[in-house]
Amino acid sequence: MAGIISYGAYIPKWRMSRELLRRGLRGEKAVAGPDEDSVTMAVAAVRDCLNGVKPETIDGLFFASTTAPYKEKQIATIVAAAADFRRDILTADFANSLRAGTTALKAAIDAVKAGSAKKLMVVAADSRLGFPGSELEADLGDGAAAFLLGEDGAAVNVEASHSVSNELIDIWRTEEDKFVRVWEDRFIQTQGYLKVVPEAIGGLLDKSGWTLKDFSKFVTYAPNPRRAGELARRLGFDPKSQLQDPLYELMGNTGTAYSLMLLIAALEEAKAGDRLLLASYGNGSDTFALQVTETLEEIKPNRRGIKGHLESKRLIPDYATYLKWRKLMPQGMIIDKLYYWTYPSAPPIYRERQRIYPLHGSKCKSCGTVQYPPQRVCTKCHVKDNFEEVRLSDRKGTLHSFSREFVSGELVGLVNFEGGGRIWCNITDVAYEELEIGMPLEMSFREVVYDLGIHDYFWKAIPVRA
Amino acid sequence: MPGVKDKVAIIGMGCTKFDEHWDKDVKDLMIDACWEAFEDSGVDPKDIQAAWWSTMWNGDLGRSLAYPLKLGFIPITRVENRCASGMDALRNAYYAIAAGAYDLVLVCGAEKLKDIGMPSPGGDPSTPYTSRVDPTYFPVACFAQLAQRYFYHWDTPLEKGKEILARIAVKNHHNGSLNPKAQFQREITLEQAMNAPIISYPLGLYDACGVTDGAAAAILCRADLAKNFRDDYILVKGEGMACGHYQAEIEDDWEGYYIEENVQASKLAYQEAGIKDPRKELDLAIVHDCFTITELTIYEDLGFSPRGKGPEDVEAGIFSLEGELPVNTDGGLKCFGHPIGASGIRMTYEVYKQLQGKAGPRQVRIKSGLGLAHTFGGTPIDSGTGAISVLGCRD
Repeated sequence: MAGIISYGAYIPKWRMSRELLRRGLRGEKAVAGPDEDSVTMAVAAVRDCLNGVKPETIDGLFFASTTAPYKEKQIATIVAAAADFRRDILTADFANSLRAGTTALKAAIDAVKAGSAKKLMVVAADSRLGFPGSELEADLGDGAAAFLLGEDGAAVNVEASHSVSNELIDIWRTEEDKFVRVWEDRFIQTQGYLKVVPEAIGGLLDKSGWTLKDFSKFVTYAPNPRRAGELARRLGFDPKSQLQDPLYELMGNTGTAYSLMLLIAALEEAKAGDRLLLASYGNGSDTFALQVTETLEEIKPNRRGIKGHLESKRLIPDYATYLKWRKLMPQGMIIDKLYYWTYPSAPPIYRERQRIYPLHGSKCKSCGTVQYPPQRVCTKCHVKDNFEEVRLSDRKGTLHSFSREFVSGELVGLVNFEGGGRIWCNITDVAYEELEIGMPLEMSFREVVYDLGIHDYFWKAIPVRA
Repeated sequence: MPGVKDKVAIIGMGCTKFDEHWDKDVKDLMIDACWEAFEDSGVDPKDIQAAWWSTMWNGDLGRSLAYPLKLGFIPITRVENRCASGMDALRNAYYAIAAGAYDLVLVCGAEKLKDIGMPSPGGDPSTPYTSRVDPTYFPVACFAQLAQRYFYHWDTPLEKGKEILARIAVKNHHNGSLNPKAQFQREITLEQAMNAPIISYPLGLYDACGVTDGAAAAILCRADLAKNFRDDYILVKGEGMACGHYQAEIEDDWEGYYIEENVQASKLAYQEAGIKDPRKELDLAIVHDCFTITELTIYEDLGFSPRGKGPEDVEAGIFSLEGELPVNTDGGLKCFGHPIGASGIRMTYEVYKQLQGKAGPRQVRIKSGLGLAHTFGGTPIDSGTGAISVLGCRD
């Protein structure tokens, strides 16, 4: 039976205490770092999901988000390239709705069932902005979830699914909008969320033949914790025991990725035989009846998932930092333009794609020396054009030397990879004072610059996340 | 044996004050430096047969030198080798004369940094459009890592390391205080140097050279013709240059606590000049103190101090004006700042003046009659170019 054969998640290391927004607000929201966006978070979630799975066995990738950094240009191709997938695969972006992630999941399950793909990756990521000072700003968090769908060896069987399409102006953004717009709360909840999700669940129960009592957990998108509780009660679930914690105080509402991230949180606590009801919301609702198999236990220890990522965190010092990171403060001091005057150019990015996206280095077939960036003449034995490509992105490394760039404040250093090879790269998600020679690092896909309308992505080193 | 030893003479040199020349552009600086050299040598500009000129930012082809000086239709080559550009321009001129191609040539280096305010912005100026994924950084970020690796390798406590570097800054500032052409002519104290604001840890304000405008020039001729121009001409005794190949970035066993390019360049230069023990045989050395840590590693890379013993020699005052081997007698990059294309020629200017005994209050004792000028372009954390000229008094 077609089902979920692996899962992975990503939550940025950075959290903002809601107290920074308004006194008395509870908890923290997950905040993407200054070099993170939906693309980089998606890559991280896919890598968490892949742990142990060979990327060349994947037949397709669906990316879902309402905050794709490009309006025209596929994102799935960036994620697939960074994850080192093959070229003869199906890639697509699902967008424009908070349920784009579950819709992509549904499409992937159907494709696997139909036999058009053996393994399909679905990844949802979001980094949405509420108007500064608004309630929504406090609610929204950043994160990503990835699922690998396959025909055999599912950890979670997808027993049934049902969707409802609903036209309603409740939550939206126009082409010009940076911030999410919402209509008045009572209207959107009573005529939207609280009405449409039950409608979809009704259809699901009819299809599956299951009843609410059959489900050990109800996993749902939650505009906020109060509304999720209200929905659960209306349906007849016990909010305390059956509703998956919406993690509002730990990460916030992560948009398109939200219900899928909560599903991972539920899976982390689930055992074989458990039945889960998954519901998303956004111009309708997608619902799924899921059943956990024995295989889940094999996956759990090798995934950082939600729990692992939540444990590893740093707090943003102040609101100004948040505004700066989200580019909501005036940018571009003259000094930056004067000093950093190299620009991203499409042909070199194209030429160097193998060393940029999947971080391939070259390994000399004559002497075995690993070199990055890839070389044509070996730096040790001087033999020409006798290399094989090796993927360095999933290798751990140690810090050889480091310093802080005094204008940009960026951290830069030399990192030696396990198994050979070295990279000169930026180091992120860490303070200079915490760095030391020899400390263990891993690579993380980030946006290194945005210029000439190009989001330029590359790998940076980060301290190994627990 | 091919080479340049004793085949080339320097018969005139010029050097502007290195300063914030808000009211002069690079052409003004080139004219000022070249005319001092013309006057110093007595050469008429129209007798120059060929020229080399070095800059990183402030000119393109040969015409950039011909235009301000109105040199008429002679061959002119622009040389760019980052901070080693000036030394490389001299080197090319040495070989043209040694080969017998020309009798009388001009070398000029100039840079106008204050229009941007920085020595070397992130990225390669020759290819501003790249994939732009690799880190952009200023040189200080790399030399800070040289200091980090040096202290790590020799197990030097940070405070001690900072103090050694500060002593180098204090020495160079003292020398600069005796030099009217230096940008900074004030003494500093050890405390000032050690407590200065950090630029890129562990390097502070006084560990870094300034950002400056300046130009320098030299007139060279065949050694056998030199006496027609002056009695106290200076001979080229040897040169050496070595370019790295990004070894520190691509080879994972590269330690990074010294600069191999400088080691290799000095071997070549010493071999040609016949120098066995540079510490004893050189009367002075003007070296590339872009940062104090660079000067410290140069002591060891150029064989002035045994490996790991640079700090002891600093404390013993070996490299002060009165020391066994005075280094950076003119104040160095520390006090001159670093107008990139001009620096190698400015360093050579100091050796030339010292060997002639014309260095005024900072004059060192000339015993062997040999002096060395050294530049390093690039950074120790990827790679660069080490370039050295050894000059000597005539017999």
